[in-house]
Amino acid sequence: MKLKTLLAATALSALATAGMAQDALKIGMITTLSGPAGYLGTDVRDGFLLAIEEEGGTLGGVPVEVIVEDDGLKPENGRAIAERFLERDEVEIMTGVIFSNIAPVVAPLTLRAGRFYISPNSGPSQFAGKACHENYFVASWQNDTLHESAGIAASNLGYNNAYILAPNYQAGKDALAGFKRFFTGDIVEETYTQLGQTDYAAEIAKIRAAKPEMVFQFLPGGMGINFMKQYDQAGLRDEIPLVLAAPSADINILRAVGASMLGVQNTSHWNHDLDNAANVAFVASFEETYDRAPTVYASQGYDTARLIASALRATGGAVTADMDGFRAALKAADFEAVRGPFAFNSNNHPVQNWYSREVVEIDGEFRNRTTGIIVENHADAYVGECSM
Amino acid sequence: MLSEKHLPAFYALGALLLIILPWILTAADSSYLISTATRLVIFAIGAVSLDLLIGYTGLVSFGHAAFFGVGAYVVGILAFHNFEETTFLGFDGTLTGLIVLPLAILISALFALIIGALALRTKGVYFIMITLSFGQMLFFLFVSLEAYGGDDGMMMFEGRNILPAIDLNDRITFYYFCLAIFTAFFLFCHRLVRSKFGRVLAAIRQNEDRMTSIGIRPYSAKLLIFVIAGAGAGLAGALMANHTEFVSPGLTHWTKSGDLMIVVILGGIGTLIGPVMGAFVFLLLEEFLPIIFHELGMDLLKEHWRVVFGPILILIVLFAKTGLYGLIFKKEG
Amino acid sequence: MTQLFFEQLLNGLQLGMFLFLVSAGLTLVFGFMNIINLAHGSLFMIGAYAVAVLTNLTGSFFLGLLLSFPVVAAFALVIELLIIRPLYHRDHLDQVLATFGLILFFNEGVSIVFGRTPLFLNVPEALSGAVQITDTFSYPLYRIAIITVGLMVAAILWFIIVKTRTGMRIRAGTTNPEMIRALGVNIQALNTTIFVVGALFAGLAGGLSGPLTSVEVGMGENLLILSFVCIVIGGIGSIRGALLGALTVGLVDTLGRAFLPDLLGQFLDPATANGIGAALSSMSVYLLMIIVLIFKPTGLFPVARAA
Repeated sequence: MKLKTLLAATALSALATAGMAQDALKIGMITTLSGPAGYLGTDVRDGFLLAIEEEGGTLGGVPVEVIVEDDGLKPENGRAIAERFLERDEVEIMTGVIFSNIAPVVAPLTLRAGRFYISPNSGPSQFAGKACHENYFVASWQNDTLHESAGIAASNLGYNNAYILAPNYQAGKDALAGFKRFFTGDIVEETYTQLGQTDYAAEIAKIRAAKPEMVFQFLPGGMGINFMKQYDQAGLRDEIPLVLAAPSADINILRAVGASMLGVQNTSHWNHDLDNAANVAFVASFEETYDRAPTVYASQGYDTARLIASALRATGGAVTADMDGFRAALKAADFEAVRGPFAFNSNNHPVQNWYSREVVEIDGEFRNRTTGIIVENHADAYVGECSM
Repeated sequence: MLSEKHLPAFYALGALLLIILPWILTAADSSYLISTATRLVIFAIGAVSLDLLIGYTGLVSFGHAAFFGVGAYVVGILAFHNFEETTFLGFDGTLTGLIVLPLAILISALFALIIGALALRTKGVYFIMITLSFGQMLFFLFVSLEAYGGDDGMMMFEGRNILPAIDLNDRITFYYFCLAIFTAFFLFCHRLVRSKFGRVLAAIRQNEDRMTSIGIRPYSAKLLIFVIAGAGAGLAGALMANHTEFVSPGLTHWTKSGDLMIVVILGGIGTLIGPVMGAFVFLLLEEFLPIIFHELGMDLLKEHWRVVFGPILILIVLFAKTGLYGLIFKKEG
Repeated sequence: MTQLFFEQLLNGLQLGMFLFLVSAGLTLVFGFMNIINLAHGSLFMIGAYAVAVLTNLTGSFFLGLLLSFPVVAAFALVIELLIIRPLYHRDHLDQVLATFGLILFFNEGVSIVFGRTPLFLNVPEALSGAVQITDTFSYPLYRIAIITVGLMVAAILWFIIVKTRTGMRIRAGTTNPEMIRALGVNIQALNTTIFVVGALFAGLAGGLSGPLTSVEVGMGENLLILSFVCIVIGGIGSIRGALLGALTVGLVDTLGRAFLPDLLGQFLDPATANGIGAALSSMSVYLLMIIVLIFKPTGLFPVARAA
């Protein structure tokens, strides 16, 4: 097995210029393409593939083959695909996982098989802390930091108290905990809503009665769209401002909610208008290739691919053939991320800047405009629990 | 088409195939598929247990995944406390299979006893809906169990349950272990539906009122079969938890109950072997339809394979009245 | 506090009227045709998508809503002719499986045509804003409009069922299907009409929900389960039951979400109260249904069905 990969790797570097696909380095992408949340996986995949296309089928000069499959948001399917990828296809790098209930199935299998796991989205807390692993990398964010940045932004904006709400499930509870970790004001009330709830009249009435200075909500996907439409209709948008985290204000949500989100403050580690060369090129290239604007998920897919490219260039295409070398090269993160400065912490999770954004209208389209940096080189809260 | 006379031969052939499957897959350099086969076998246990209710007693339960979930959570919670070295209601966590698996069966039977005692007061469509409601309640209960990961579920950090002399963490061993349990459960159900008790169930299905008038109380018979089916589903859930080494509320979601129901109807209700075939076909289609479309170069359908899967289900309902079983076997008499 | 309570009552009433719109069609089809139609939620989604597309095309929400009716009716007609009709005399199980297949088909079909990103649909200018009810209390006009439409639908249905010949046949068909056949009524045509009308209610509900909720794939499924709960609590086949069931579910759900955590906070510490309160309020409607069925195994207003 070892010998075979070693031979393959040598052959690869030799054939790199020839670009023969059958000998390409295999990357497995298990992602969520179907169902309502399917656009997250679609964008991660498209961003990832864009980076490869720009390089003419290679990453870091090494020919790669990406095998993409849909987990349908079912852990059992994730497991079946992971086993198929690891054994039949012998992928050396696993990526693509969107949701925190797929990661705990796919990641351990990948790590046990001695391959690399690089997350383009989900960063659940256990893998940042106690269960951290030398071959497990997160190229996006640790889940909590999304909401920590909103907490910092709310404090910076001078709010003295906040009403916070999220669905009654783990990611929701983590979100509120993350917000509170850095919010310096008081919490007026904490409300947990139902999963998949469509009507928010009761919660909005409570917010109106509680008269907080601001509201923070983490209601992903359709739930957030429902809430924002109804919040605006109740006339509260101008009365009680909102501060949101990135997943509640991506471009698809802005498009669906429309003017009801105008002026809403939110935070993200990336925005389409970030002024660095890599990002300008990425946004233009993505729009040209796919004829749509990139979401934050597309940027994560792209950054993940370019991170892998930087490491492959350093090792000349060796991954499992040179575990230590590839790991060190990944850890160096020697690439121009479209989000700006990027480095890995000791737990292989990002240390990065978080930006404040505001929803504005540009030529009849609703987009986020970057208004400043909230926090520089922010690290996650679990790094201390990781023994690496 | 085969006659039902050929059933024993069909069982024997099927059993033989399942027994030699790991060799075939290993020889074909596809041993990763053993894991898929394990999943099929586990899912089939759940389907057979539901067939006891739907097919043999005429009780359409739309909440069967609840018991699947209970069995899985028993395994998950005990593994969790074993890893954390904490206690659950004063009991230590454990991975010992000889304790965990019987306990999973027992506790799911207990849940089935309570739920069944209440749900069986209703009939027909109301029974469908009340079982759905109980399933939903358990789903929300598991979602709110913060200590056990809530909606995200929990991993079994230390691997599968431990049994004397049998290493469940070995893929092939685990497959045979599940296959043995499946076979035992299948034979048990096979005997059960042909026993005197089975004839009582059939009489209830055909005409419950008449049963009452000749002095047999259908309620206790229905409750007993509901508990047996619940225990069977719990056993399947416990095996599934061991298989994925991960437990989450998604196991009890109403769509999972729907999946189980579909598998039973798809295979042919009241035939036991039908639901087994249904389970195999359903999961195989789900896993391989996207791949087939990819191989055929139809990448649009690869992502949207359900647009084909839906009509397949409809066609089966419209044209194969007794499911897959009816496609293969001609009913006698 | 009393004002907040009143507002929450109104919210509950509004949710209830909305659920009634979805349940009315479901209970008609279920009661008269004896068909379990899981694809009712898909018709809800089709209504919402049709309204969103037609509104953006015509620039008017009302025109969009009006034009969506023939679209939904066309879909319903095709579904009825191709799939429902062969299932009239089949087991409920077959209907469940076939209409589940329809859900899969429509969900994926819509996502192929429109993609997975939700469509944009906002409250029409004429219905935006709020109505000042007292000096300190206002309520969104659009929600009042939904209550009005719900009441109108209830009134029309009541009129049709109680006062017209067709209504008489529907009632007869619900209680005694054999008799109505014996009387030589063209049952086929009546079945088709009822299915299409039921679908139109679902489509209307979907269209009306568009401005309030996310127009996305699978949007009808959570509501489908809830409206099944409504009609089961009320008693299947009964419009009055659907109305009362929907109002009960709307009120229990809304008041549960609004007050359970606070109520529990009187006895427990805030964090525990919040957690248990949220869990309990998620379960409340199911709990309600179980309690109703334990004491009234065929719902609150059972339709007497001749055996």
